[in-house]
Amino acid sequence: MFTSLSDRLSATFKNLRGKGRLSEADVDATIREIRRALLDADVALPVVRAFTGAVRERALSDEVSQALNPSQQVVKIVNDELVGILGGQTRRIQFAKRPPTVIMLAGLQGAGKTTLAGKLAHWLTSEGHRPMLVACDLQRPNAVNQLQIVGERAGAFVYAPEPGNGVGDPVKVARDAIEVAKTKLHDIVIVDTAGRLGIDEELMRQAADIRAAVNPDEVLFVIDAMIGQDAVTTAQAFNEGVDFTGVVLSKLDGDARGGAALSVASVTGKPIMFASTGEGLTDFETFHPDRMASRILDM
Amino acid sequence: LSQDTLDEATWEEIEDTLLLADIGAGPSAELVDRLRERVRVLGTRDPGTVQALLREELLALVDPQMDRALNVDGEQKPAVILVVGVNGAGKTTTVGKIARVLVAEHRSVLLGAADTFRAAAAEQLATWGSRVGVETERAEQEGADPASVAYRAVERGVQEGTDVVLVDTAGRLQNKVGLMDQLGKVKRVAEKPLGGRPVDEVLLVLDATTGQNGMQQARVFAEAVNISGIVLTKLDGTAKGGIVVAVQRELGVPVKLVGLGEGADDLAPFDPEEFVDALLR
Ligand SMILES: Nc1nc2c(ncn2[C@@H]2O[C@H](COP(=O)(O)OP(=O)(O)OP(=O)(O)O)[C@@H](O)[C@H]2O)c(=O)[nH]1
Ligand SMILES: Nc1nc2c(ncn2[C@@H]2O[C@H](COP(=O)(O)OP(=O)(O)OP(=O)(O)O)[C@@H](O)[C@H]2O)c(=O)[nH]1
Ligand SMILES: [K+]
Ligand SMILES: [Mg+2]
Ligand SMILES: [Mg+2]
Repeated sequence: MFTSLSDRLSATFKNLRGKGRLSEADVDATIREIRRALLDADVALPVVRAFTGAVRERALSDEVSQALNPSQQVVKIVNDELVGILGGQTRRIQFAKRPPTVIMLAGLQGAGKTTLAGKLAHWLTSEGHRPMLVACDLQRPNAVNQLQIVGERAGAFVYAPEPGNGVGDPVKVARDAIEVAKTKLHDIVIVDTAGRLGIDEELMRQAADIRAAVNPDEVLFVIDAMIGQDAVTTAQAFNEGVDFTGVVLSKLDGDARGGAALSVASVTGKPIMFASTGEGLTDFETFHPDRMASRILDM
Repeated sequence: LSQDTLDEATWEEIEDTLLLADIGAGPSAELVDRLRERVRVLGTRDPGTVQALLREELLALVDPQMDRALNVDGEQKPAVILVVGVNGAGKTTTVGKIARVLVAEHRSVLLGAADTFRAAAAEQLATWGSRVGVETERAEQEGADPASVAYRAVERGVQEGTDVVLVDTAGRLQNKVGLMDQLGKVKRVAEKPLGGRPVDEVLLVLDATTGQNGMQQARVFAEAVNISGIVLTKLDGTAKGGIVVAVQRELGVPVKLVGLGEGADDLAPFDPEEFVDALLR
């Protein structure tokens, strides 16, 4: 599992063989390799810095100098630290004591929210729930139709009282949806929202208003695995704007390393709960920190 | 660049600026090395001079000399523009915005909805079409062959003497071999009504928030459909879009347009100086 980083570091370690212990210079050379690997994987710079700092400290400790194989020990430390930040265990959805459980989706434009809404509905239906989807993106052209089609495919009811394309108040739709769900006995409400930028104060306030109107049990921040250094700024903005409770990493079926996972988890401390892995209804899985760690390091 | 002497911290600060803009670790280190060499030769310690040199180096990389005009004024009508890219990058929106610009220049425009896959993709494009006052050629039903929709759009453009046909395609991740092959077919079939003439533009839409994977996107799309220009979208956010610097350099394909919002008028020509200044801000 660690072979790839080992490969990358082998050149660095080659010179060390037979020395028994790592010198400070050896450790620094190693840390430079790790830094480069993380940056190439799009891990955000401040996170890289904090991370390599922590690894360096441990690498210089007795834990490594007394290890049988110091280089393997360093690789193990890197992996442990990564998994530690990504979350040791995956958290499950928190269900409301009194239904309906409300799940709100938020994120940048095009991140994969509407697609995820369908996936969640499909999965929760298969678990015996009766989810309802709510069309609160009344902005992007035909976002409402898209959710209706996705809902139909998932076999879930879609509450879409407004046509969208600029018409309708998303906060009102969200608020009304809760009553509708109670009347129609839906035990889960999934609220799809419009994509917005972290710096768009007006739209971020709207998202906060939707949150306040539905009092969600989960607010899932959907982030594209291809995102680069902007992950930190964006995650912070959404964390402040809608105080999300969990993260969904989307488009993990691509070949991006997905360093954003580390950035978001590290900067917000919020757990990554799910991975989206395709355009289909079932391309969705629980997030695995250990798999993600090897993916990020697999250089 | 607050310090008045060039210590290691200053160099680190410069490198950080580049890294944070998604220029990439390799290219950032190269740029800093080159700058160091120039600063050494010049013997300067003035932060203003160093800043100016950095801007100069970056600008040279971005290459202000490249021809960034959309190729829509060829001898034969219609000019055909194929728009491609990964999922959610902003293709459909960009098609709408480009149509708006072309209509404002008094050209006749037709849209082709060759995304027959994503839910409501054709509706989304048709909404854009009616917003900017142009028609959309689309499939009778969802799941139809995207290549045949592209064909019909171009064929209709030929018959009607349309100035420009803009073909929107489904988002696809570049590691999906089958979908990349399909895209190649869409392009080939779209060229049939043109009597063997290639399409005039293949625009790769890149989201400015994209990190280092953007390079791989550009490589694989270029391989599949020979891209002729890049549209850098979502530059209205906090991301700088620095990956395009490496993309331009490796592929020699210019960024032609930038997306600056979700509205019909939020499209602008790529301006190297503005881009570099925003990157250094
Ligand atoms: N390959 C892949 N594509 C995905 C995934 N999730 C979503 N998509 C695609 O990404 C594109 C955008 O997805 P949407 O669900 O519309 O994203 P959104 O966040 O709702 O977008 P806006 O509402 O416009 O902000 C679509 O083409 C989806 O099919 C994924 O996990 N993998
Ligand atoms: N802020 C901002 N949002 C944009 C820009 N361009 C597109 N968007 C938004 O990004 C989201 C995705 O745009 P689309 O045009 O649907 O992207 P696409 O590439 O066609 O997506 P798929 O067809 O699903 O692959 C939508 O919410 C758009 O409104 C831009 O320049 N700035
Ligand atoms: K920007
Ligand atoms: Mg959506
Ligand atoms: Mg589209």
